Amino acid sequence: MAAPFPPPPGPRFVLRGTQSPVNTLHFCPASQALGNPLLFSGSQSGLVHIWSLQTRRTVAALNGHKGQGVTWLKTLPQGHQLLSQGRDLRLCLWDLAEGRNTIMDTVQLDSVGFCKSSVLARGQLCWMLAVPGKGSDEVQILEMPSKTSVCTLKPEADAKPGMPMCLGLWQTNSSPRPLLLAGYEDGSVTLWDILERKVCSRIACHEEPVMGLDFDSQKAKGVSGSAGKVLAVWSLDGQQSLQVYKTHELTNPGIAEVTIRPDHKILATAGWDHRIRVFHWRTMKPLAVLAFHSASVYCVAFATDGLLAAGSKDQRISIWSLYPCS
Amino acid sequence: MLRSPARRPSADSSRASPLSCKMDPALSAVRLTVQEAIHTLSSSEDVGHILSTLGTLKRYLGGTEDPALPEKEEFTTIHFSAILRCLVSKLSPGWLELSPDGQLEQLWESFFLDGPPDQAFLVLMEAIESTAGPSFRLMKMARLLEIFLSKGRVAALMEEQCRPQTKPSFPLFQETLLSKVVGLPDRLGNSLQQDNLTQFLPQNYFPLLGQEVVEVLKAVVNFLQGGLDCSVSFVSRVLGKVCIQGRKKEILGVLVPQLTVLTQDSCLWQRVCWRLVEQVPDRAVEAVLTGLVEAAPRPEVLSRLLGNLVVKNKKAQFVMTRKLLFLQYQHTTPMLQSLLGYLAVDSQRRPLLIQVLKELLETWGNSSAVRHAPLEQQCYISKAILVCLAHLGEPELQDIQDELLASMMAGVKCRLDSSLPPVRRLGMIVAEVISSRIHPEGPPLKFQYEDDEMSREMLALATPGPAGACSSETGGPSLASVVTETPVETPEKTVDSDVPSVQPQGSDSELDSDDEFIPYDMSGDKELKSSKEPRYIRDCLEALTTSEDMERWEAALNVLEGLVYRSPEATREVSVELAKVLLHLEEKTCMAEFEQLRQRALVAVTVTDPEQVAKYLTTQFYGLNYSLRQRMDILDVLVLAAQALSRPRSLQRLSQHGPPGSGTLCAPALASSQPGNAATPDWQVVVEERIKSKTRRFSKGCPRRELTGGPNEFNSVAGYFFFPLLQHFDRPLVTFDLLGDDQLVLGRLAHTLASLMYLAVNTTVAVPMGKALLEFVWALRFHVDTYVRRGLLSAVSSVLLSVPTERLLGDLPDELLEARSWLADVAEKDVDEDCRELAMRALLLLERLRDKLLSISSP
Repeated sequence: MAAPFPPPPGPRFVLRGTQSPVNTLHFCPASQALGNPLLFSGSQSGLVHIWSLQTRRTVAALNGHKGQGVTWLKTLPQGHQLLSQGRDLRLCLWDLAEGRNTIMDTVQLDSVGFCKSSVLARGQLCWMLAVPGKGSDEVQILEMPSKTSVCTLKPEADAKPGMPMCLGLWQTNSSPRPLLLAGYEDGSVTLWDILERKVCSRIACHEEPVMGLDFDSQKAKGVSGSAGKVLAVWSLDGQQSLQVYKTHELTNPGIAEVTIRPDHKILATAGWDHRIRVFHWRTMKPLAVLAFHSASVYCVAFATDGLLAAGSKDQRISIWSLYPCS
Repeated sequence: MLRSPARRPSADSSRASPLSCKMDPALSAVRLTVQEAIHTLSSSEDVGHILSTLGTLKRYLGGTEDPALPEKEEFTTIHFSAILRCLVSKLSPGWLELSPDGQLEQLWESFFLDGPPDQAFLVLMEAIESTAGPSFRLMKMARLLEIFLSKGRVAALMEEQCRPQTKPSFPLFQETLLSKVVGLPDRLGNSLQQDNLTQFLPQNYFPLLGQEVVEVLKAVVNFLQGGLDCSVSFVSRVLGKVCIQGRKKEILGVLVPQLTVLTQDSCLWQRVCWRLVEQVPDRAVEAVLTGLVEAAPRPEVLSRLLGNLVVKNKKAQFVMTRKLLFLQYQHTTPMLQSLLGYLAVDSQRRPLLIQVLKELLETWGNSSAVRHAPLEQQCYISKAILVCLAHLGEPELQDIQDELLASMMAGVKCRLDSSLPPVRRLGMIVAEVISSRIHPEGPPLKFQYEDDEMSREMLALATPGPAGACSSETGGPSLASVVTETPVETPEKTVDSDVPSVQPQGSDSELDSDDEFIPYDMSGDKELKSSKEPRYIRDCLEALTTSEDMERWEAALNVLEGLVYRSPEATREVSVELAKVLLHLEEKTCMAEFEQLRQRALVAVTVTDPEQVAKYLTTQFYGLNYSLRQRMDILDVLVLAAQALSRPRSLQRLSQHGPPGSGTLCAPALASSQPGNAATPDWQVVVEERIKSKTRRFSKGCPRRELTGGPNEFNSVAGYFFFPLLQHFDRPLVTFDLLGDDQLVLGRLAHTLASLMYLAVNTTVAVPMGKALLEFVWALRFHVDTYVRRGLLSAVSSVLLSVPTERLLGDLPDELLEARSWLADVAEKDVDEDCRELAMRALLLLERLRDKLLSISSP
């Protein structure tokens, strides 16, 4: 006899009006929002919408990618600045301070793939950017805002991992060495040491291309989802080598994005099967399957207060409130 | 005193005459003494005189002091019976009381217990039988006989008959003795009636007799070791007679275990046993052999007991190789194993085993036998074949390969044609085993059949191995599997238990955090169906007929049933077309549950538009270009649809009431729970349970559920389902001959008609339906196929159940009478057990009908 589980909740509210499939979502950090929480969404039509979560309406729409889809959004820690990556091969830096919506700077990209970039703040005004590089299997590291190329990470000739599909820059609290996690087309996740430009460790944890990964630097554990049916949790040991810690079989294949909540309690996946799945991060126990969207879910994002947003091909953004942060 | 049919006196006189010639002087002395003693006994009242007279006579008996007394022989052979009779005649309470200390009684008894046992026994039996009613004398004699038995005198009696005969033997005398020894329980029962002693009951007497036989045989063995010749023919005859009387279990149950031990390492004992069985008279051979085969635990034991009897004795050979195998089938599998194992043990008997196998297979492959023999017998013969195969070696099988193959092919063919699944399965199993033995190196023949108890038992029989260990082997595999399973399980468990123990280490301090994350219900997390499913009936139809896109085709089939129930109007517009498409639908992709989906969809269409679709389906049933499978599908669909229609709350209404928002997922779920489920949704049950648990009631009655009435929708359309099926069954088509080869479909048809009849209960059309159905049954009542007969019998039962009593008697009295006599005949004589049972039930229904009628008319 299974105890009667409560039926899954519905979304707290739904944001409509992007008129186009939602590719990416990003919550504006609470420190910058000042009582008016914002959500950024990037759509396939090339617009970046800024949503007010109080009024649940668009505040502004940023048009900077010439109608080409926006694949990645990220605010920078300093000031009201937003990075957006588009399929027009440009990375735009927006100035949003005091109601401005102007492009401050652009970075020209060389890759036409779907790989999302990654950013790592390294100082007050200095940050590091990882973008897919010129060669199809390369990752380029840039020092910003100077846009100087630090290095190009190119796998060894015989590795042939295919294109990078997702990137994650991070560094441990103890050492200043920046590290890069990259998921590749062949289903492997690779840990790069950027300064030494070498591969620290590599595991083949999927059979399909890795579509999204997230890393919890406190527990030294990360999770990756792929086009296949498996969700893999891997851990990093003291010798900087990756090991598969656990895998979880999904009902339907295809994970577009994996995101761990900032408090490292739960994680959410965006499924091609129209469903958002929520897991307990430590045990990977499935907690909820949220069936609301009528088409593939492309992205999931968490706010620092625990709010969950999911964007889908059905042009809607659903906002959920599950398992409140303590 | 009444004398029993006296063979003994004549024997006496014939024996006396040569003796009297020889020893004249002694003769007179003994005879005088005896005559005097008899006179004294019959007249004297003086105890001392009687005692002394008896003492004199006693001296002639087993007196040890002077063994060489010449008169002794004469006394025991000629005068002893007369003395005993005289003693019996004197027996009365008063006479025994003459000597108060019991001396007289003791002396009296000793004459019977110490004298020659055969004569004493005969006189005792004679006296008991001739004494009427319950009386002192009768009881006294019975007690004496009891003592006689308990002192092992019967063994002495039989031993006497086995001794090397110095005197000429007297067949009539032996015959009398034999019939009295064996018939003792019956005779005593007749005489003593209520006062019979337990020792004389057959269940006690025959084991005792068995024990006595062992004693006799021991004595015989001793004689033989002492160099004397012996004959065990009397013992054999006793054994034979007991077995013929049906007491083989009792006597052999004692005899065989002891002989098993005794013959183990003694050739002499074995020879005695062989001789014992050989000497059994011909007419008792069957009974004795059956008993021995039943009682012998292993083939080796049987071989020790019987020797090469089957080779030497024609009768025994007939019993062992034909009667037990072909004419009877009630014997157990262990018995079959020991019988065939016995044939296999010795090289002289092996040709017989091969012969038996050939004959068994011939019978097995005979199509007439397959049709007419009861299932149990077929099973028995199949088992025998498998046991034979297990005993025969490779080269022996190679020699008769061709014959085996021919019989096997014939047998498999007619078995696979059978309409009874167990018969088909028998064919498959035996064929698999034979082919694997004939062609061990070739590709194995492999059938698909359900793995049930019978098939497992059969396959276990076929594994060649030491035949003696068969019984222990059957326990073996299960034991082994248990052993192998446990180590597999334990690592899993440890893995499972490892995981939680590892995790706390990995997570730092969040031991409590599990509690706050209660998972939500995830039952909706199903495989995502492709979005290609059609939304409308016509789209479905189009997808099923023309679509090249297999995913769409599958999706259409998946949603069809739900669509039909949700949009009955749209369905009615295309119902016949849809039924046609579904009927001809072939499995294009390897789709799970294709058959069920197709059938459910067809049922849904039929339920939605019963008149048109039923008309169509019933005409197609007798159509030209259909496979048997399709025809049987039609029958199944008709029954299921009729069932759905006759249910008070039909499916249709249910699905309309269902939650509208839950979409396509809900319709199949509802439909799959179709028959009988009180269709309250799950949540409602849960809520009711909760309310019940939280509510305190002061008085508890039975919870009353409101029964919602509704018209029986089958009423108006039953005729369309039923009558067309009856019209053409006797008109064969080129492709479809119900009365010929396609009897499987005929059986299904009969069962379908029975079901339809049953479902038509309380409808107006039931009476003409019943009439037509009884006619149909009457036409086919002597059908050879069991499955068809079963269908007909259940059809009769459903007629009796569905047609109202008064109409049954008013409209169909002749049919009922005819059916009744037929049912009685079937219940008594049919070879198939199920048929007999079904006929019995129908007869009981008829009885009930009559009772009802009587109870109506009597007040």
